[in-house]
Amino acid sequence: MKFLRFFVIVILLFPLNSLNAGENDKRNKITKNLRCLICQGQSVYDSDSEFANSLKIVVDKKLQEGLSEDQIYEYFKTKYGEWILYDPGLNKNTYILWLLPILIFLIGGAIIYKSFIIKK
Amino acid sequence: MKNKILPFLVIIIFGIIFFIFYKGLEDSKIYTPDVNTKKVIPVFNTKEFFSEENVKSSSIFELDKIYLLNIWSSWCVPCRQEHPFLMNLNLDNKLNIIGMNYKDNLKNAENFLKELGNPYKEIFIDLDGTIAIEWGAYGVPESFLIYNNEIIKKYIGPLNQELVDEINLLIK
Repeated sequence: MKFLRFFVIVILLFPLNSLNAGENDKRNKITKNLRCLICQGQSVYDSDSEFANSLKIVVDKKLQEGLSEDQIYEYFKTKYGEWILYDPGLNKNTYILWLLPILIFLIGGAIIYKSFIIKK
Repeated sequence: MKNKILPFLVIIIFGIIFFIFYKGLEDSKIYTPDVNTKKVIPVFNTKEFFSEENVKSSSIFELDKIYLLNIWSSWCVPCRQEHPFLMNLNLDNKLNIIGMNYKDNLKNAENFLKELGNPYKEIFIDLDGTIAIEWGAYGVPESFLIYNNEIIKKYIGPLNQELVDEINLLIK
C-alpha cells in the first residue's frame, strides 16, 4: 500500500519536470511558430537556411533584451507581415479560416438536432 | 419537409467548400511580400567594410538624398549577375549606392570587388545576418530604394535591365 502511494506521487510529479522551461525552450517554441520565408513549408526551427539561422540569432537577442513572446511576434509581424506567423490572428483576410469550422459545426449540429427532434 | 431541406443544405455546404478550395487553387503558393510599403529605415550599429571601424546607420543615410541599399555577398551567384547593373547605376550621380556585405568572408568579398569593380559609395558588414532581418530582408541579393530615411521600394532578387530602368525613372 505504501509503495502504491509512493508510486502515485512519483507519477504525479513527473510531468512537473517540464515546468522548468528555460530560455532555450522558449526560443524553440517561438521559432517553431515562425515560418521560414525562404524555405516555405518549414518552420524557422526546422530550417538550417541562412535566413532561418539569422532569425534564430535575432530571437535570442530579443529574449535577452527581455521582450515577451508576443512582443517578438509583433516585431516580426511589422518586419515581414502576418505570413511569418504560423498562428494567424483574426482579420479581414483570415475570417473565413476562423469562422468556417464554427459555421460547419453549427450547421451540422442543426441537422443532427433536427433529425433527432423529428425522430422523437 | 425534412427530405427536401437536407439534400439542399448538403449541396450548399459542399458548394461553399468547393468554392473556397477552388479559389485557393488559383492563388500563388509562394508568398510574395508587399514591396511598396513606406517604412522608416531601421537604426543599427555596424562596422565599415574596409576600415572595420564602428559606424552608426544615421551617419550613412542622410536626409534629402536618394540611396540604393544593396545586400550582396561574394558567395551569392545572382549577385555576380546583377553587379554590372549596379556599376551602370553608379554612373548616375544622384543615386548613392550603399552595400551591405551579408555573411561573407571579407577576403573573398574584397576579391569580388577587385574582380568586378566597386559600385558602392559605402559598404558595411552584416556578419551574422541580423541587420538584414532588421531591414526585413529575405536574403541575397536584395535592394532597397531609400529617400528621406524611408524605404520607397524593395527589390527582392537580382536587378535586371527592366528594374534599372524603373529605378532611373523613380529617381528622376
